[in-house]
Amino acid sequence: MSALATTAAVFGAFDPPYWLETTIKVLVVTLLVPTTALILGIVFLFKVMSWMQSRLGPQEAGPRGLLQLLADGVKFLQKEDLMPNGADKWVFRAAPVVVLVSTFLIYVAIPASPTLVVADLPTGIFFVLAVSSLSVIGILMAGWASANKYSLIGGLRAAGQLIAYELPMVLAVIGVVIQAGTLNLNGIVAAQSSGEIFGWSGLGYPFILTQFIGFAIFLLAVQAELTQAPFDMPVAESEIVSGYQVEYTGFRFLFFFLAEFATAFAFAAVASVLFLGGWAVPWLDESSDWYFVLGPAVLFAKIMLVSFLIFWFRFTYPRFREDQLQTFAWKFLIPLSLVNILATALFKVVM
Amino acid sequence: MPKVPGLIKGLGVTFGEMVKTLKDGPVTVQYPHEKEEPTPRARGVIALHEENCTACMLCSRECPDWCIYIEAHKYLAPPRREGGKPRQKNALDRFDIDFSLCMFCGICVEVCPFEALFWSPEYEFSELKIADLLHDKDRLGQWMQTVPDFEPYEGGSEQKVKKVPR
Repeated sequence: MSALATTAAVFGAFDPPYWLETTIKVLVVTLLVPTTALILGIVFLFKVMSWMQSRLGPQEAGPRGLLQLLADGVKFLQKEDLMPNGADKWVFRAAPVVVLVSTFLIYVAIPASPTLVVADLPTGIFFVLAVSSLSVIGILMAGWASANKYSLIGGLRAAGQLIAYELPMVLAVIGVVIQAGTLNLNGIVAAQSSGEIFGWSGLGYPFILTQFIGFAIFLLAVQAELTQAPFDMPVAESEIVSGYQVEYTGFRFLFFFLAEFATAFAFAAVASVLFLGGWAVPWLDESSDWYFVLGPAVLFAKIMLVSFLIFWFRFTYPRFREDQLQTFAWKFLIPLSLVNILATALFKVVM
Repeated sequence: MPKVPGLIKGLGVTFGEMVKTLKDGPVTVQYPHEKEEPTPRARGVIALHEENCTACMLCSRECPDWCIYIEAHKYLAPPRREGGKPRQKNALDRFDIDFSLCMFCGICVEVCPFEALFWSPEYEFSELKIADLLHDKDRLGQWMQTVPDFEPYEGGSEQKVKKVPR
């Protein structure tokens, strides 16, 4: 306990100058993004997917093949950096960076404990949703600049899909925001941990209980935002090879890969903050020193749970047709989320 | 029992498969570390029993890929009886199967009228150079040791079980 107290004291008293603080924050985010992409890639893409297909996955690189993705990353770095003749050079080069930057920006607002957050924005969830939709621009840029018809079709499909599913995602979040009464992510966590279910506060009051429809819509929309099966029309390999990624090789492709998995992790984090109670442990006082250790651990466990759901859907379902995809978003998910908002608002006023 | 929607059933299938893999192991074989035992009739590689071959060229002509190369010369063997005519026989000079062309259809084994060609279940004969996949008659003869005995037919069958010449 004393060790914990000293650690907490050190952390609590740590008040660096602005430049040092910014440097640390930038370093943390830049290290976090590839790490999370690695974790999700190895655990889910390699291992869980293999198990679901009755195989073992990579076995040779490292213990039980756990370093396979690192080896693949090194392989990507060795590849020749190709660019098509007719490509729009600047846009082509900038596109993966834009996609990755949008991923970096999501991580800025996600809290891992009361103090472990890069920027505790008063409009945190708004910021997250805003920057996450930046990636559409990057994807459109990639599709357009590649001078390839498959890329262009993929880019356009991606644009149509991401815009269509941005809406239900935002609308699903509004229900939570109405219930919590705040846009701040830490505030939303606090609202869940301080609440109680019929006078019993053992679990806090995770919003998944009342906002289950919101949670389901959010997960579906995340699936579509990540262009993962069953919403992987933009990168359908049997139709348009790999969509907007066709012409990208080496580390530029690696950027897209990192962005996809790091965004999956970030969205899983947002989902667990919004619906599952985030870093909070309900029977622990909110200013407890334990949160320096427990907060990230609890959040990580919840993220892995949500990621498992996301990737489970990905490994189970076949691909939608383009018109089914649009119909599903505009005629089913959006009306449903509007009804959800209406019901939540009514309850909020009545209760 | 109410009908479970297909979407949820599908999730159940993948989850069940995951649990099964973790509990009972995968259906795949970790090849270089553990070997799969092929069935006795598996079409791995073709073996040649040289003494039975008369260089009749039937296998070579029937081969869809033309991957069997045969060269032979004629010679006069001494007559069987006193005062008889010397017999004309074929001696095999070259019998090569190019396994880089072979598609393992087994027609050569089927058409051989003298039981000189056999299937062996061995499958580990990959090479670094593609030219090394051309097996000459010595190499094909060595495969004969790996040819398993024919299994007896089902009970009541009139077919005689063939013997593998050793």
